[in-house]
Amino acid sequence: MLVVDPAAGAMADFAVRDLPSRLRAGDLLVVNDAATLPASLEGHDTEGAPVEVRLVGPAEEGTWTAAVLGAGNWRWRTEDRPAPPLLPAGSTLAFGSLDDGAPALRATVVAVSAVSPRLVRLAFDRQGDELWSAVYRRGKPVQYSYVRAPLALWHVQTAYASRPWAAEAPSAGRPLTWRVLLEARRRGIALAAVTHAAGLSSTGEPALDAALPLPERFDVPAETVAAVTRARAARGRVVAVGTTVVRALEGSADAGGGHLRAGEGRTSLRVDRHFQPRVVDGVLTGVHQPGESHFDLLQAFAPEPLLRRALAHAEHEGYLAHEFGDSCLILPRSL
Amino acid sequence: MQIEGRSALITGGSRGLGAALGRALAREGVRVVLVARGAEELARVVGGIRAEGGDAHGFAADVGAKEDVHRIAGAASALAGPIDLLVHNASTLGPTPLRLLLDTECEDLGQVLDVNLLGPFRLTRALAGGMVLRGRGLVLQVTSDASVNGYPTWGAYGVSKAALDHLGRVWAAELEGTGVRVLTVDPGEMRTAMHAAAMPDADPATLADPAVVARRLVAIIRAAEAIPTGTRLEASNWTPPRWQPMAVGAAFPTGRG
Repeated sequence: MLVVDPAAGAMADFAVRDLPSRLRAGDLLVVNDAATLPASLEGHDTEGAPVEVRLVGPAEEGTWTAAVLGAGNWRWRTEDRPAPPLLPAGSTLAFGSLDDGAPALRATVVAVSAVSPRLVRLAFDRQGDELWSAVYRRGKPVQYSYVRAPLALWHVQTAYASRPWAAEAPSAGRPLTWRVLLEARRRGIALAAVTHAAGLSSTGEPALDAALPLPERFDVPAETVAAVTRARAARGRVVAVGTTVVRALEGSADAGGGHLRAGEGRTSLRVDRHFQPRVVDGVLTGVHQPGESHFDLLQAFAPEPLLRRALAHAEHEGYLAHEFGDSCLILPRSL
Repeated sequence: MQIEGRSALITGGSRGLGAALGRALAREGVRVVLVARGAEELARVVGGIRAEGGDAHGFAADVGAKEDVHRIAGAASALAGPIDLLVHNASTLGPTPLRLLLDTECEDLGQVLDVNLLGPFRLTRALAGGMVLRGRGLVLQVTSDASVNGYPTWGAYGVSKAALDHLGRVWAAELEGTGVRVLTVDPGEMRTAMHAAAMPDADPATLADPAVVARRLVAIIRAAEAIPTGTRLEASNWTPPRWQPMAVGAAFPTGRG
């Protein structure tokens, strides 16, 4: 874990197990408790052309927003995969029958996004228990071409995963063990959660990728609002575990005219160097490169030259980037 | 614990004690998700609970299969919200008629441990982290007197339940102070398909009705804050504490009375 202190303009190497020692009694650690969906479904259109559907999340009237990818498999980078067939509204997709004879799951395209023809709204042929059974039995977590072996559902969950809202794992929290979290709590550091529907990281279609992150659903429980208020009163710092937590907390405050409010919402807030955070003081995140939207977001918490120095240090020291890489804590007065 | 409006996940929910407990909890206003391998039998139980106005869901899966555990945890949370009460009721005897350890295949012991021990461990591990984060939750493990007595021919099952009992004690010790409690309950001998498979000659008149035992379990769940976490109870001997759980919780914040 690379610790970057924007107040000191300095950085130092630690391990994630040292996180509690970088925080103080009265600080608040906010995690994203979204569990990761088996969002990837393999199927084909009525002509037999293969498609991979990546579920983004539930939309109105029982439909689902989804991105459609073409032929190929998880070993291919999304940008190298051929385009999927054009699927105008009314097209149907089938996701194959299972070995045990369970019949195919079917879906109809009910709308196509103006952002990209590969972003659609799907109506499945079933709802409720039947739909969730079909999704969990057929779906696999979204895969990454740089990973050596296919990921199972348990590889992409955090230690506190609760509500299955995330299309891809809220990966900043993945290295947090309960040993670390309970140690933090013993030291008087509070722990709270939001649920944020972490979205797709990439689809391989430039117009769609440029529009990411799409507006994302979040829920801030009343307990978390109270915990933030307590941290503020104790002059503690609010540390977001992951950029999704930043988006949920700042999105909620943005919608509330500057005040964090309990409840669900949807945010398309863009956080960048011009953004003044109202709730969050620091972020535990992965190692992010310039050009990623995550890198832009981090500039709300540390100046770009410091982030570039931190990145150069991380590269020199062999830190790993991406979903399963190393961690970076950006927090004033952490050194 | 206060159970109205909470969500419960019950394994082995398509028959016997699991189905009866699902029905009893749904009558108390709990959203229940029942898990069992057989989809049709499960759908009948879920349909029955819904017909009497209960909020019930079913998910067909095998608790003993590693790849099914996160599916169960995820689908249950999607259907009923974050799980507050996790009941490990599913279990297997292994091959019946029951046999001596000298006649037990290693693979059969392994399969019994998969369902009765590893399944509950995996499922608790998948769900208890969220409970700790929310500061509340109850894990209820169903055990057997075969876990404390070395009955001939009950070796594989008894060993798995003894390990489950101990798993409950260690979970409880590690989760002390988090608001998440673990109880292990021996329901006693009941008129169930499992009992008939193990002891086909037993007199049904001497066996308890699973619906009656389920109501006792509901009372235990309601009183959970007044029972030290990690306790192993016998449902037939248990009597509700005379004091109110709320008062005990207030007097002993750590729950150790």
